[in-house]
Amino acid sequence: MQHEGVWILAEQSHGRVQRISHELLTRGIELASKRGTTLTALILGNNVNQDDLQGLIDRGADRVVAVEAPQLESFLPQPYMRCMLKVIEDYRPEIIIAGATSTGRTLMPLVAIKANAGLTADCTVLDIEEGSGNLLQTRPAIGGNIMATIKTPNNRPQMATVRPHSTRPAEPASGREGQIVRLKAPQELLASDVKHVGFSPNVEEQALSDAQRVVVVGRGIKKGENVELARRLADKLDAAVGATRDVVDRGWLSYPHQIGLSGKTITPQLYVGLGASGSIQHLAGMQTSEVIVAVNTDPEAQIFKVADFGIVASLFDVVPVLLEKLPGK
Amino acid sequence: MRIIVPIKQVPETNAVRMDEATGTMIRDGVEAIVNPLDLYAIELAIQLRDQHGGEIIAVSMGPPKAAAALREAISMGVDSGVLVSDKAFAGSDTWATSYVLAAAVRKIGAFDLVICGERATDGDTGQVGPGIAAFLDLPVISYVSKFDSLVQGACRVHRLVENGYELLEMALPGVLTVVKEVAAPRLPTLRGKQKARKAEIPSWGAKDLDVHADKLGLAGSPTRVVKIFRPSVARKCVKHVPTDERTLNEAVDGLVGFLRGKQLI
Repeated sequence: MQHEGVWILAEQSHGRVQRISHELLTRGIELASKRGTTLTALILGNNVNQDDLQGLIDRGADRVVAVEAPQLESFLPQPYMRCMLKVIEDYRPEIIIAGATSTGRTLMPLVAIKANAGLTADCTVLDIEEGSGNLLQTRPAIGGNIMATIKTPNNRPQMATVRPHSTRPAEPASGREGQIVRLKAPQELLASDVKHVGFSPNVEEQALSDAQRVVVVGRGIKKGENVELARRLADKLDAAVGATRDVVDRGWLSYPHQIGLSGKTITPQLYVGLGASGSIQHLAGMQTSEVIVAVNTDPEAQIFKVADFGIVASLFDVVPVLLEKLPGK
Repeated sequence: MRIIVPIKQVPETNAVRMDEATGTMIRDGVEAIVNPLDLYAIELAIQLRDQHGGEIIAVSMGPPKAAAALREAISMGVDSGVLVSDKAFAGSDTWATSYVLAAAVRKIGAFDLVICGERATDGDTGQVGPGIAAFLDLPVISYVSKFDSLVQGACRVHRLVENGYELLEMALPGVLTVVKEVAAPRLPTLRGKQKARKAEIPSWGAKDLDVHADKLGLAGSPTRVVKIFRPSVARKCVKHVPTDERTLNEAVDGLVGFLRGKQLI
């Protein structure tokens, strides 16, 4: 039997479909149309909200396959892996796209190994090769210094992850029809050597990923106590605070604030970089921001190459004046 | 406890410069270092061994010069190192790399934990840690931010996820991949460096491992790199270079006007 169809791995939390699923649909719609095939959303969970499943159809999926069991309520590597492998065996998808989330980044490599599939992480561009129909997966490589286009010529399925917030979520269209298949996960697939004991939420971190405005602190901030200045600007702009790797390595802000290849990717409406030089590894996490403003003393700093508006000056000179001139609070 | 730490030697990517004319990397003079994110795995392993006893074995797949990475791990406090090196491994993607490293881990023998860095700073996939777990049929917890405790054949750890921290328990043996928050890596000691210099580092090739030739290297890799190119960054930056208070005021006024024009304020 041939492998056919584009699939996305939708994610749920407490039975509610998460935003990443809709972002993946944006990618999936384009790939399925180029490949001339159907788009299916796979979701693993328990009692997933029916309206949310219909929402996946409304946003472009032709079919939703929900695999459900109490043990699948939140991500556990072994049962999720076995259930996904079973779905691959039964449905034989040609392409599977997942979010580069804590779940996707863990589940996809487990499944790819077991399914003998090719997997490419953190793709920024996905396309279909004319003629062969292969999935072309483009991602930053070698610390983001170059881009590499990767394909999986022989093995199926072709698997890839894409960063959250790297595309807009697909919009719902009313009157779309599709099939919703709810499957009960077989008991023998559900054993787990890992179990959930507890959870402590971190609201600030979530805020950064979803923020529409972000003020980012780079090494130019010089001292941990100076971060306060950036916070004041962030308050005034109604923005979240992010940091470069240098700042996190020095302990001036915690790791969840880190933006870049080894941290978070953000796509806010407004990015304001204060004393961030724009190392390639940082650029990889922010250059898709809609509007980029940079303040840095070094006129040659890379950040100015991706910025829309730059001021070559010390942030300690610029920010106080800016705080005065900005309207509001 | 017996702990295996797979590590990778990587180029110091911050130092990598691009050749503007050819668009290729200038590797000359770029130092090879232990993947910075592996240092956190090494540190956690050392803390666990010092607390519970046992030994730590670092294993690295790479060219012969990757032995230097193993020596660095030993200088930090790791007990021994194994190099996994063979021309047949060249061109391995994450699938083929996980396959070989899993075979090496199996050959090292009984262990309680495999602890990996979250990802390598050159490849940046984060796929090999879970990949090793898949080949070994072992449980894995990724993004471990804190090691809580060992309890009756299991470990309790915190896992960093999008909206907080999960507290999880995993039956041993198993695989952990750790993020920066897990520990602060120590520096090599003088005594450690002496030990590292003298350490014998065995090198295992394909024939030393229980592996199939057709699953190695490029031939065993499902993925192929078909094109390499430079990312294009094309934005026109309006750049102000203030030299005194007046021009600074103008620059900030310009910025406020710009933000207003974009309807951001």
